Amino acid sequence: MRQKQLRVILTFPAAVDAMAMESYGAAHQVPGRLIPLPSAVSAGCGLCWSAPPEAREAVEAAAQETGLRTGGIYELML
Amino acid sequence: MIYFDNAATTLQKPPCVAEAVVQAMTTLGNCGRGACAPGLAASRTVYQVRTKIASLLGCPKPGQVAFTANATQALNTALFGLLKPGGRVIATDWEHNSVLRPLHRLAAERGVGVDFLPAGPDGALDYSVLPKLVRPETTAVVCTHASNLTGSLVDLEQMAAAAKAYGLLLIVDAAQTAGTRPIDMTALGIDVLCFTGHKGLLGPQGTGGLCIREGVDVRPLLAGGTGVQSYSPGQPEEYPVRLEAGTLNAHGLAGLGAAVDYLAAVEVENIRQKEAALARRFYEGVRDLPGVAVYGDFSVDRAAIVALNIGEEDSGAVSDALAQDYGIATRPGAHCAPRLHRALGTEQQGAVRFSFSWFNTAEEVDQGIRAVAELAAET
Repeated sequence: MRQKQLRVILTFPAAVDAMAMESYGAAHQVPGRLIPLPSAVSAGCGLCWSAPPEAREAVEAAAQETGLRTGGIYELML
Repeated sequence: MIYFDNAATTLQKPPCVAEAVVQAMTTLGNCGRGACAPGLAASRTVYQVRTKIASLLGCPKPGQVAFTANATQALNTALFGLLKPGGRVIATDWEHNSVLRPLHRLAAERGVGVDFLPAGPDGALDYSVLPKLVRPETTAVVCTHASNLTGSLVDLEQMAAAAKAYGLLLIVDAAQTAGTRPIDMTALGIDVLCFTGHKGLLGPQGTGGLCIREGVDVRPLLAGGTGVQSYSPGQPEEYPVRLEAGTLNAHGLAGLGAAVDYLAAVEVENIRQKEAALARRFYEGVRDLPGVAVYGDFSVDRAAIVALNIGEEDSGAVSDALAQDYGIATRPGAHCAPRLHRALGTEQQGAVRFSFSWFNTAEEVDQGIRAVAELAAET
């Protein structure tokens, strides 16, 4: 397995919000990408936005500006 | 073959639609299921189509667009998801069985009462009756945007005003109008707009959906896998996933997305004008033919549908003659619109429906007129 790194994780209640985040992120150069939801956050499944820790502010600002429905924001070793 | 059955499904589609479906079938995984490249590609594709549909129909957000297999499933979702036991709903005599049969089932299973805005012998709806139909238990109005039999348009502004005045939800069946005339559900005051992808939107069969105003609580018709919140015993609360149990038709939706791009390029208002001109040309060519009866009001704006009969001839026999002798595809019979046929007095005879699309031509319409004239002369 890859060596674990600290990541900022933004979760969403539905895939449509994850897609909206990805679309916004691409248009506004928000660091990160969509990954499967880590089990440390939830044992369910789904998508979340994974970004380097220094991008936390940018990720939070993106979520705020887009008015997306989000679940939570976490810092995890992934 | 001349195809005049576009109210059933549009046969001619822009080539980009089939190309998008084929491309999707060889590249897309399952929408909302995982983060592998094909899965994300499917999720992106479906999200883009939500965005396009929301923009086209005036839906406030892409997330308020839930996809279904067709308008019937969308209407079932809206009606079963909104009407509660003991409640009442107002419908019209113009409704298709996609509305009538769910209402009959709701009446039988939940005791939901249904009051109909009546159509007269000329097919016109009597809007003056509307306030009298509202009872304390009434919670919603459901109506088609255009009759699939005559092409006449429901006065949505009047229906929306009544719904607003009495605090009722307005559910609209746009099966015959989405893609063929500009629609802004927000401006019109529509709470739930149901559409199909394979008619005026020029997309593949197996696509459709409902656009839901924010704050409207539609209980899910189906329960099942969604790709999220897997350990929760119930459906997720969030739109659109709460209404989308099971794998979406991402392949078909890719085609629908390409179709909506095409509509945006040619502009829906241009489509409306061309189709209206074709229908008007046909109507004016047949209305005075001896023995020909045409149904509906042609003095006002309408969908591109002309329903007629020739004397007492069975509509099926006329439609068959048009197909066999002239290569013209039409739709006879009842058109799943039993209440309007009863109002028009055509329950036994049915009617021959000619419905036009963006891809029809004036020359085709003229051939249709000549065919009807010849058949009428033989009768």
